[in-house]
Amino acid sequence: MSSNLSFDSFSTAIAGSHAGPKKLTQTPVTTGTSVLAVKFNGGVAFGADTLGSYGSLARFRNCERLLKINESTMIGCMGDYADFQHLKDIIEQMAIDDLCKDDNITLSPRSLHSWLTRVLYNKRSKMDPLWTTVVVGGIEKGEGFLGFVDKLGTAYKDPIIATGYGSMIATPLMRNAWRPDLTQAEAVKMVEDSMRVMFYRDARAFHKYHLGIVTADGCQIQGPLEVQPDWSIASLIR
Amino acid sequence: MSSIGTGYDLSASQFSPDGRVFQVEYAQKAIENSGTAIGLRGKNGVVFAMEKLVTSKLYEPGANRRLFGIDRHIGMAVGGLLADARQIVETSRKESSNYRAEYGGDVPLRYLTDRVAGYIHAYTLYSAVRPFGCAVILGSQEPTGPSMYMIDPSGVYYGYKGCAIGKAKQAAKTEMEKLEFSNMNIRELVKEAAKM
Repeated sequence: MSSNLSFDSFSTAIAGSHAGPKKLTQTPVTTGTSVLAVKFNGGVAFGADTLGSYGSLARFRNCERLLKINESTMIGCMGDYADFQHLKDIIEQMAIDDLCKDDNITLSPRSLHSWLTRVLYNKRSKMDPLWTTVVVGGIEKGEGFLGFVDKLGTAYKDPIIATGYGSMIATPLMRNAWRPDLTQAEAVKMVEDSMRVMFYRDARAFHKYHLGIVTADGCQIQGPLEVQPDWSIASLIR
Repeated sequence: MSSIGTGYDLSASQFSPDGRVFQVEYAQKAIENSGTAIGLRGKNGVVFAMEKLVTSKLYEPGANRRLFGIDRHIGMAVGGLLADARQIVETSRKESSNYRAEYGGDVPLRYLTDRVAGYIHAYTLYSAVRPFGCAVILGSQEPTGPSMYMIDPSGVYYGYKGCAIGKAKQAAKTEMEKLEFSNMNIRELVKEAAKM
């Protein structure tokens, strides 16, 4: 019994001896940094920069980390980019399957959030996580929806969501400016301002980003947009 | 037109003395009793039209739908036994999805048609199963242009500019031969299809 539970055989002990390639808690390789999202009166807005970091190397500078799923749903992903691409393929096939059935039922943000929570929680419970934090957002029954799921399967819903360093740097700023009757223009400005502060402060951030907006009229991703940084105070700092 | 294949028509694994597989021919008969379905391929797309046979006023609107989406870029019209056809639709969707998972893109229609035709043909080889009692018309708009194929219960398929299956297929085909497909766009074809 003790040899079964020695740390390096944990995953096979849980999954059985025919569990395929050995996968333990991984280290992420190419990673994306924070995703920010805010709910406004009539929809949701997302921001995510276009950098795929390779450790401390700013390696891939044109990675799109926002994904449109259908006219009412979108996700943004932080963490291992390969795990995001894997989820992207699976979710895109789910969306194609919806389209083929042609019964006016499509993946909604709430159901996608629930599905992702189950998938990520179950993977982590087998000690084989998808090293990603996903923000799911869109229009659900006419109102904006925003949900968070991380690699542990922790999930919650909130009008303001930011992952990683964004949760520490951008969330306080966004909470100060948020009102329940926020307009789309104000929400977009909030995301733009937060992306600028993230670029100043997050050492793994980048000045180009995508902006995603979901409203009752549909879902669109704009970009790459550029952060307009203001370094004028730099001369005052010794 | 019906001939009796006494004794040689009990299973798909038997040839008749004059070289016919009667089970497959009987399957083709099953389609001739279904509502007409036509496909027209123009210069910028493919148009399908189906005759709606209302066998009962008690049906909900949208019952017995014979047009299916296989993927984002492929549509399928069917004629014959609907239950058999739904199996083919599911198989086609899986093939398309597998292709996308492996090759990362939209499946080319001729590749999908070849795979689906092979699947349909397999059911004509064994006495343990019966052939599919339906024909399917597949259409797609691809980067190289629109394409359309029809597969019949024997597993044979051809590419078509215009094709028809079902009750009024002869009449529909006669009408189609008058059309100059390569010059027509899908809006014009929709009107022609409605007329037929």
